[in-house]
Amino acid sequence: MTTTSPITAPDRRISKAAARSEPPRPRRFKPGAGRQHHAGPFAYFALIVVGLGSLFPLYWTLVTASRTQDEVLDTPPPLLPGGNLFNNLEAAWEQAHLGTAILNTFIVSSCITIATLFFCTLAGYAFAKMRFKGRGVLMTMVVATLTIPPQLSVVPLFMMMSDIGWGGQLESVIFPTLVSAFGVFFMRQYLLEALPYELIEAGRMDGANNLRVVWSIVLPVARPAMMVLGMLTFVQAWNDFFWPYLALNQENPTLQVALGQLSASYVPDQSIVMAGALISTLPLLVVFVIFGKQIVGGIMSGAVKG
Amino acid sequence: MATTTPTRGAHGSRPSRRAPKPMTSGRQAWRSRLWRFDDKVSPYAYIAPFFLVFGAFGLYPLLYTGWIALHRVEMTGLDQMEWVGWENFSTILQDSEFWTAVTNTFFIGVISTVPQLMIALGLAHLLNYKLRASTFWRTVILTPYATSVASAALVFALVFRADGGLLNWVLGFFGAGETNWVNGHWTSNIAIAVIVIWRWTGYNTLIYLAAMQAVPSDLYEAASLDGASRWQQFRNVTIPALRPTILFTIVISTIGSMQLFGEPLLLEGGANGAQGGTENQYETLSIYLYNYGWNLGHLGPAAAVAWAMLVLLLLIAAINWLIGRFMRKNAA
Repeated sequence: MTTTSPITAPDRRISKAAARSEPPRPRRFKPGAGRQHHAGPFAYFALIVVGLGSLFPLYWTLVTASRTQDEVLDTPPPLLPGGNLFNNLEAAWEQAHLGTAILNTFIVSSCITIATLFFCTLAGYAFAKMRFKGRGVLMTMVVATLTIPPQLSVVPLFMMMSDIGWGGQLESVIFPTLVSAFGVFFMRQYLLEALPYELIEAGRMDGANNLRVVWSIVLPVARPAMMVLGMLTFVQAWNDFFWPYLALNQENPTLQVALGQLSASYVPDQSIVMAGALISTLPLLVVFVIFGKQIVGGIMSGAVKG
Repeated sequence: MATTTPTRGAHGSRPSRRAPKPMTSGRQAWRSRLWRFDDKVSPYAYIAPFFLVFGAFGLYPLLYTGWIALHRVEMTGLDQMEWVGWENFSTILQDSEFWTAVTNTFFIGVISTVPQLMIALGLAHLLNYKLRASTFWRTVILTPYATSVASAALVFALVFRADGGLLNWVLGFFGAGETNWVNGHWTSNIAIAVIVIWRWTGYNTLIYLAAMQAVPSDLYEAASLDGASRWQQFRNVTIPALRPTILFTIVISTIGSMQLFGEPLLLEGGANGAQGGTENQYETLSIYLYNYGWNLGHLGPAAAVAWAMLVLLLLIAAINWLIGRFMRKNAA
């Protein structure tokens, strides 16, 4: 019976704990806030094993991308990088329109990220701080859309796109993802706490209209959360596979689509395919090494309140 | 959620009252009307983009899918639709390949979600200790999240390769290693589940970790005063406090496993991948949909598959709800 209180009211406690730690920044987690035990050797051992497991496939991508096909298929398989990386990259470049693919992926990911940030911050602000009829119902609808997988609508989407002349064009993968329900939810949760009503009121007193308030008060306050949402969106857009694979063709692919087609070719050369995989992963790994801390914090801060 | 909200009506007129120069009453009235209009319309204008985009590219296609499912539409002539009634549905429901795909999707869903969430729970518990370089560990564990489905599937395809693949080579030291992973029903599904587990465990770990850190430490102090061991604390304090989070991750993971596409498509690649293996042994519903619509070019049945997926999703939602109720009942 001693455990009943944490069971009945976990939500309340979580929000109380979140409210206690201020000022609200995306990373509000003191390491070990929950438990005070020090990690023993077993914990470190387990973490090392899991860490190696997490990183090894990435390392092996590099190994196989820098070998020849024969070496990759050899027994035992190679465990150290070889010297064939640039030949493979060149071959992948030629076979899969990688130049176009990289450019396309940059265009698509950037457009989606910028649009998502703009629209989701606006909507998140409206849901967090403005009063209007139907707010609760509409917010529930936003969250509900999270549960609809894209598979359910790809057939008509494909027909629509070819109908309006976007078949095989980048527009067909950009427009459906201009906004995200997760983004709206994420910005709302952040602004609920980070943006005091007094600040908005003060702006209004000075005669600023709503758009002006958004521009000079909401956006500056929202910036840290926008950074995190931007990175999460960019990673997602960069890695998106299902719909782009259906919508785009070999001549005008994104990186992931090009990669899929490279491996689907008649007799794929594994080392060349892996060189393509390396190219498509590397930019995100760089982003991860630089901003890993922020991305980790962003996912965790989204989670507590989710 | 309980936020104090200033009354909106009050400050509609305030700025004009504070205006330095008194204005003519007509202009003042016009201004305050404009001000109120701004307040009324702005929130809807700010949320409109989301609903417009979702309506055009989410909701409308979702409903339209149902209409297409009742027609004959071919990839070769997208503008020609011929009414066929329920034919597409009966076609796929009588297709044993469809049921194979349903079984595989469920099976892979279970064997990827359950271990993944259990590992994530354990890892989050470890990361919640006082650690050296805690940010480093968190980032390392999250790196697979930055890897695309395609890259992950391709590198694991090499790991699971039949003769002389990395895994078989390692297993060879233990006297095993003759497995043709891709050809077997069980083994190919396990291979796909491994890819899913690899990519998503870190993400779920961080979500659990965040929830664990929100558990107040006095609960643990009280528990240890009562003589609870670390395991008992984990069992009786941490897990109950995490229940909503666990339910959330279960929902997200099951929705995700309904969508498995890149992993099976690229496990072998080529024509085999597009039909989920030579004997459809690892074909998922998304692959089945893709194969029908984009390989064979029959969009009508593909749309019917999409609606079948919707039904399955609702079914899963019901099961999730029941599990949630069961867990709550058990706790009380």
